[in-house]
Amino acid sequence: MNMDNLVILWTDALVYLLLVVAIAFGIYASRKEHLRAPWRYVIRSKVGIGTLVVLLFYVVIGLSDSIHFHPPLDEPDKNGEVIYSSEVISLFDQMVSGLRARQEKTYSAPLATHLYAKENIELPDGTTIRDFPRLKYGGAHLQDPEKDWKGDIMALSALGIFKGLVLTLVLSNILLIFLTIRSGCSFEHTARNVLVGRTEIPWCVALAVLGLMLVVFMWSAELATKYHLLGTDKVGEDVFYQSLKSIRTGLLIGTLTTLVMLPAAVLLGIMAGYFRGWVDDVIQYTYTTLNSIPGVLLIAAAILMLQIYMSQHADEFNSLVERADLRLLFLCIILGVTSWTGLCRLLRGEAMKLREVDYVQAATAFGVGHFQIISRHILPNVLHIVLISVVLDFSRLVLAEAVLSYVNIGVDPTMNSWGNMINSARLEMAREPVVWWSLAAAMIFMFTLVLSANLFSDVVRDAFDPRLRSTN
Amino acid sequence: MADREFLLHVDNLTTLLGSGERPVRAVDGVDLEIHRGETFTLLGESGCGKSMTALSIMRLLPPAGRIAGGNVWLGETNLLDLPENAMRDERGGRMGMIFQEPMTSLNPVLTVGQQIAEAVKIHDPDNRNRVEARVVELLGSVGIPDPERRAREYPHQLSGGMKQRVVIAIALAGRPELLIADEPTTALDVTIQAQVLGLLKDLQQQTGMAIMLITHDLGMVSEVADRVAVMYAGQIVEVAETAHFFGEAGHPYSRKLFDSVPGKEKRDNKLAVIKGTVPSLRETFTGCRFAERCEQVMPVCREQEPDWCELETGQGMRCHLCTQQPDEVAESISPAEEPAWHLPAKASSTDTQLEVDSLKVHFPIHKGVFKRVVGQVKAVDGVSFSIPSGKTLAVVGESGCGKTTVGKGILQLIRPTAGSACFEGEELTQLKGSKLRKRRSDLQIIFQDPVASMNPRMLVGDIIEEGMRAQGVGGSTEQRRARTRELLEHVGLSVDAATRYPHEFSGGQRQRICVARALAVEPRLIVCDEPTSALDVSVQAQILNLLKELQREMGLTYLFITHDISVVAYLAHEVAVMYLGRIVERGTVQEVLESPQHPYTRALLSVVPEIDTEPKRSVIRLEGDMPSPANPPSGCHFHPRCPEATDVCAMAYPEEVQLSVTRSVCCVRVGASTVTGNEENG
Repeated sequence: MNMDNLVILWTDALVYLLLVVAIAFGIYASRKEHLRAPWRYVIRSKVGIGTLVVLLFYVVIGLSDSIHFHPPLDEPDKNGEVIYSSEVISLFDQMVSGLRARQEKTYSAPLATHLYAKENIELPDGTTIRDFPRLKYGGAHLQDPEKDWKGDIMALSALGIFKGLVLTLVLSNILLIFLTIRSGCSFEHTARNVLVGRTEIPWCVALAVLGLMLVVFMWSAELATKYHLLGTDKVGEDVFYQSLKSIRTGLLIGTLTTLVMLPAAVLLGIMAGYFRGWVDDVIQYTYTTLNSIPGVLLIAAAILMLQIYMSQHADEFNSLVERADLRLLFLCIILGVTSWTGLCRLLRGEAMKLREVDYVQAATAFGVGHFQIISRHILPNVLHIVLISVVLDFSRLVLAEAVLSYVNIGVDPTMNSWGNMINSARLEMAREPVVWWSLAAAMIFMFTLVLSANLFSDVVRDAFDPRLRSTN
Repeated sequence: MADREFLLHVDNLTTLLGSGERPVRAVDGVDLEIHRGETFTLLGESGCGKSMTALSIMRLLPPAGRIAGGNVWLGETNLLDLPENAMRDERGGRMGMIFQEPMTSLNPVLTVGQQIAEAVKIHDPDNRNRVEARVVELLGSVGIPDPERRAREYPHQLSGGMKQRVVIAIALAGRPELLIADEPTTALDVTIQAQVLGLLKDLQQQTGMAIMLITHDLGMVSEVADRVAVMYAGQIVEVAETAHFFGEAGHPYSRKLFDSVPGKEKRDNKLAVIKGTVPSLRETFTGCRFAERCEQVMPVCREQEPDWCELETGQGMRCHLCTQQPDEVAESISPAEEPAWHLPAKASSTDTQLEVDSLKVHFPIHKGVFKRVVGQVKAVDGVSFSIPSGKTLAVVGESGCGKTTVGKGILQLIRPTAGSACFEGEELTQLKGSKLRKRRSDLQIIFQDPVASMNPRMLVGDIIEEGMRAQGVGGSTEQRRARTRELLEHVGLSVDAATRYPHEFSGGQRQRICVARALAVEPRLIVCDEPTSALDVSVQAQILNLLKELQREMGLTYLFITHDISVVAYLAHEVAVMYLGRIVERGTVQEVLESPQHPYTRALLSVVPEIDTEPKRSVIRLEGDMPSPANPPSGCHFHPRCPEATDVCAMAYPEEVQLSVTRSVCCVRVGASTVTGNEENG
């Protein structure tokens, strides 16, 4: 891959911008004791570090799915130069290209060797019978599926679990060596401390969760190379692949929306609370008005307008991916516009309280300007509220995407998302026999993400809420 | 087994807070006895474990706390052995408790009557069929006028003093033999405090109950206590009869406490301070807990924990001095003289630095959809005074009288509605924008709460530098840093404090940082808004010493806002007494404190608990509460509460009567003819 075939989508750029901001904030926070202490608390809580490991898996997949490029075609052109496909794929697609390419004809159940529907099959002797045809890829290596299937699944599972355990062991040892070097104690001593849970950071919990995730990961990787782990959908696409691709959509909606709304909410909220008077009136009336418009209505209107624009200017988009991406971006923006009011209201109240606090009065008595007071005294003291609400909002937004896609005003239908998967499951659930795996897959992936995000945000809130924990 | 004559007998009580390897030993082997019908005070500074002792006796410890050992006998019952349901009968039954904050002790959604009735139903089976009558009776007994009507009111309709009376009524419902009062008047004003203390005394005489009063106020101890126990770092260090205690306290800590109380007679000297801070109760002590701060420390103090030594029956202390021979002791005692000031007082000029003339600060009351102004809260309503440069004017008054607003109005933190504040010839109320910003370096403020007055997210160094940066003084960054270090040393802190956060410091140290911050811009006038009222008495002495020393050194002018008369007597040159937004009496310290003319000043001075062993002075107890400044009474604002009011008082606000050059009073009864004993002072 070289630079000129790289495609930078809007959302990719923003995701990496967000990453840079997050890293910068991390560096800034590590120098400030009042910011470092709560994070230390998060890391030292068992739930905190456990969920962090789970979230890290999602983030890595999401980030690797956010580097897009045109893949080179297999055969060079006549001049020997590499030519690039007009298709846009991501780094993640490249890594799991097997999953992407192995497309079946239509529905097949998880780990199945045959299609889910009967078809007319022409036998070698020329007769046609009506039966479940063999899948092109799923379990294709088996000679006699009925006899070998069980043993093969078992063998693959065992191999996957074994690989996962080995990987865990290797990573644990790397961590232990690192800890040994840092602490200066003997290796056995460190290892015993970690396993008994006598370390400040509960490494044993982190390792246990990491081990579990790696085992699941290797197990599914092993099975997914030979079978369709979570079955296939109507057009024969691998559902496991779809679910993995949806991670990026979910993460993006959860984070970019916040990025969009944060500046407005923070700035306007603090201004309203600090200046009071007519500034307060204007900002208050703005958000009260915005708040009284039903959010779904506003989102539907914006998305439908965008759809019309895109269908009229189809030639402006190089690929389907770019089109879908723009729609995603707009969805983030419009979700942001409808959701900043809550945080804004919170911050207004807090700023109103802070402007009367003695240290702000003291700063005024020194003749410190308004901008300085806001940036030095008010903003740092409301930052914990911003952080708590951002983390809490994340899971709400992931779920909101699913709901919006379900009513067709969410992301582009061509884009993989849990909402779209659930939407298509609407028809599948009505079939006889029921096609349940699309829905189940979306549920499992979304559930894991939202649950760990919720647990994580609980820990973050506990760490930052001054009423629950004193700062010393 | 408990002795029959004792009502409460606490034996080696130990309470731990928190778990883990090093729990906080909040109460560490406390022994005490309370007789029937006596008032027993537990005296100590914050964090010494007095509230924890009370909560352990009631078995109401917070979840993190647990009683690790000891016995608590109430009569013949060992409270620590009782199962929880039997303990519930004791709480509110034989033992009642009153907490510090009356606002949070009552449920805001139930009427006062319902809350008292609840206690009556549980603890007073004889009155179960006449609950309502009993509620009215109880309300009457705590001195609430019109009890039938008050019983149907909600807590928010009552004033602070009234609420505390209701809390007392609830405690009385079970006819307790022992009433534990945990700082019952700390949240109340002095005039209200006098009412509540008087009430407790009366009730004790009627019912014969014993009172265990927890306080940090030496004055209060002298007013009400029969016996007193001094607590320090989780232990009782001295128990004595009150008269004996105030005459010749035994323990060095008790003596130090007395010395650090400010007062008139100490004006010319530094106050004694207890060096260092209260040790953390997490550590394990090998010697005496007070040894590090004691001036009479001996080698044995650091090696061996002193035992309790009984001097007479019911009196004793925990100190090695008790057993040591006097001549052995003598050499270890450091010179007992009061430390002298470093510098002679800077000659202060007599020219007026700040001239305030009929300053008014009104807050409009908005109502309705269109925020119509329906009235004014007249927080400050025509206040005039002047301060000569290098002097201290104390503004005294109860909470809500507008004294803080005066300070903020002068600093233009709140824009005055009318009137003028003239600083060195420049009219502050007319200044705007950058001109005002420039002027601000001359006028600074120190707040009451040292916790809230510093941004917890900033380093101490940045906090101190902030003013210099805003004013553009102090030169380059390096020079500013140097100046910060200099200031920190000046207020008695180490230089490395600059790189730490405010929460790492104790209350007194934080207040020092606030002083350093104010000094950074080289002000000439500092408004001190109750700078010591959130601090313990020994720490208060440190801050007062610092303020006084700074005044002598740099010729600072103070506008000292306070409600504490003893601080006024120690620090101030002139006094202005405020009541409901107006100054009722003004004069020099000697004039006002020694011959108060206005009835309010007289009442205020008489109710302040004082440390003395002489027979009790006559206390003028004011009835009722301060009216709302939104709706002041007609005529003289004070006349509804004034014991000397006549019909004339209700007619018009009295004119200011100038008694001497420095002295003026607003009262119709004060004319030139009534001036007595004024000439010799003026």
